[in-house]
Amino acid sequence: MMSRSNNNIALQAAGLTKIYGSGHTEVVAVRDVTVEVNRGEIVALLGPSGAGKSTLLTLLGLIRPPNTGRIAIDGTLVFDNHQAKVNVRSFRRQKFGFVFQKANLIPFLTAAENVRLAMEINDQPARASRKRAMELLEYLGVAERAQNLPSMLSGGEQQRVAVARALANRPSLILADEPTAALDSVRGRQVMELFRKVAHEQNAGVIVVTHDHRALDIFDRTLEMEDGQLHEKGT
Amino acid sequence: MNLATKDIKHNFGRFSLTTGGIGLLLMLVMGMGGIYRGLVEDATSLVERIGADLWVVQKDTRGPFAEISRIPRDLEDRVLTVPGVESAHGFVSHTVQRDYKGKPLRLTIQGLSWPLDRGLWLPIAAGRGLTQAHYELVADKSSRLQVGDKLALGKEIFTVKGLTKGMTSQAGDSMAFMTLDDAQAVQFDLSPESIRIERTARVNRLFNIDLGQIQPQLSERASGPSSGLPALGTSMISAVLVSVKPGYNIEAVAKQIEAWPDVSVYTEDGQKQLLLTGNVDRARRQLGLFRVLLIIVSAIIMALILYTLTLDKLHDIAMLKLIGARNSIILGLIMQQAILLGCIGFCIAYLLGQWIFPYFPRRVVLVRGDLYSLVIIVFVISILASLLGIWRAIRADPSEVLS
Repeated sequence: MMSRSNNNIALQAAGLTKIYGSGHTEVVAVRDVTVEVNRGEIVALLGPSGAGKSTLLTLLGLIRPPNTGRIAIDGTLVFDNHQAKVNVRSFRRQKFGFVFQKANLIPFLTAAENVRLAMEINDQPARASRKRAMELLEYLGVAERAQNLPSMLSGGEQQRVAVARALANRPSLILADEPTAALDSVRGRQVMELFRKVAHEQNAGVIVVTHDHRALDIFDRTLEMEDGQLHEKGT
Repeated sequence: MNLATKDIKHNFGRFSLTTGGIGLLLMLVMGMGGIYRGLVEDATSLVERIGADLWVVQKDTRGPFAEISRIPRDLEDRVLTVPGVESAHGFVSHTVQRDYKGKPLRLTIQGLSWPLDRGLWLPIAAGRGLTQAHYELVADKSSRLQVGDKLALGKEIFTVKGLTKGMTSQAGDSMAFMTLDDAQAVQFDLSPESIRIERTARVNRLFNIDLGQIQPQLSERASGPSSGLPALGTSMISAVLVSVKPGYNIEAVAKQIEAWPDVSVYTEDGQKQLLLTGNVDRARRQLGLFRVLLIIVSAIIMALILYTLTLDKLHDIAMLKLIGARNSIILGLIMQQAILLGCIGFCIAYLLGQWIFPYFPRRVVLVRGDLYSLVIIVFVISILASLLGIWRAIRADPSEVLS
């Protein structure tokens, strides 16, 4: 699979296994997972608590190395078993966007600065960062809150700013970990629709970990995890 | 975008309080250094201001400041006969404590060899110098005496005619200047009863020795004033201050006087060294030790503060790492805050010190060189103090954001 060359593939992962502890305390959190996500595609990742969704997310997000398996992003091999083949942090900076259950905005920066920060740590010029931050906030409907601190924004607004930050560096892949868990159903659906819009319009692959089965119609594909193993559920 | 200043702006109240605390601590460090400098200056200022080329004191003593020195007053005349000596003045120094207006008043009295020495070298800040042979006094402002105040010393009333500035002894007592005769009168003052008892004792001692048996008329002299007894000789002073004529070698003149078996001679630098290596040395080392301890305590407190500030931001730091921020950005955030904390703390210490130090019981002298070295020390401890926070930040796991 890794040898397949397709410019539209954002993520290719094969045979991923993650084991915590050893001996009697050994836990296989992710077992032989293979997954592929295309650019412009939005994928739901379902599963009960403890199924290994978050661990899989840390592997796919290059936060932790797998024990075995390979991960390629945009066709570049990043992890070959537990060995990193590139500067992982730099790769994460350029290719990934993250959104979480809580917006996790930096509390001492305004909404616009939170978005700019992601670009400035990726060595984007300040003027260009400022312009794109405002464009993104406008695109996500929170431009009028650009100069507000996170504490002055509602939960939905914070989550939109977090999505803007995730999009700032034009990522190949956006990973979202239960992004609607803290929102009511109406706002939750709005955020999910936003992800779909982002995937299709910004041409990014999006993986959303969710428990919310009411919004599954939004996703192109649904994957389900159980006991560390991944199954395709179909749309 | 500077994350350090953004964070400070957001948590301005907490940062201000923290820097205020660090500022107070650094003020203590600065004050310790200033007290040490004041101690050195107090010890050497009198020697410097008098400006004598040589100090002639009792043989094998480190007088007159580091140790008691007693030499006969007529030594002045002997010194004047040495080739190259321009002038020789007697000098007396002793400390008195009196109650004045209900408060204890300590004065280190310096006797000036009137009329040759009228104290023209004194830094007069108010009033004037000595213009009379008796009952006039020039005191330092730190004594809180005022021009015109009257002070009972010995059996006389002295009037304060002038005030000096910055003339304190090595013990921190205010200096007072009067003529040598007056200073001796104050130093050797006895109550009438003491004089009567001494005269009676003297007569009794006389009759217990052979001299009293064979010369009974001596008993009449023994019961009279001490000044009438040839055996008592000339009065005693602490030192003789010598000025050497221009063109003469000071060391050579000193060597010549030093050859006498009853005196020791010190140059001005030698006298200052005696003061600095004697009485002041122990206090200097003590203050130095306190200063080092305070610097260590400041560094530890700063490290703990920065560590706590880092712990408060740990989630944000994990987030920064998750979105790919380089370590240099995170190090910059912590280190810049540490340096700002140290620098602003130093400025607060300096400004507060300027305001508070003049009220300290001992003189606090801030020397530019000491301030520069403290800036460097503060800079270094700021960086060292930030290391603990940086260590914790580097260990922050980006996956903490997911939990």
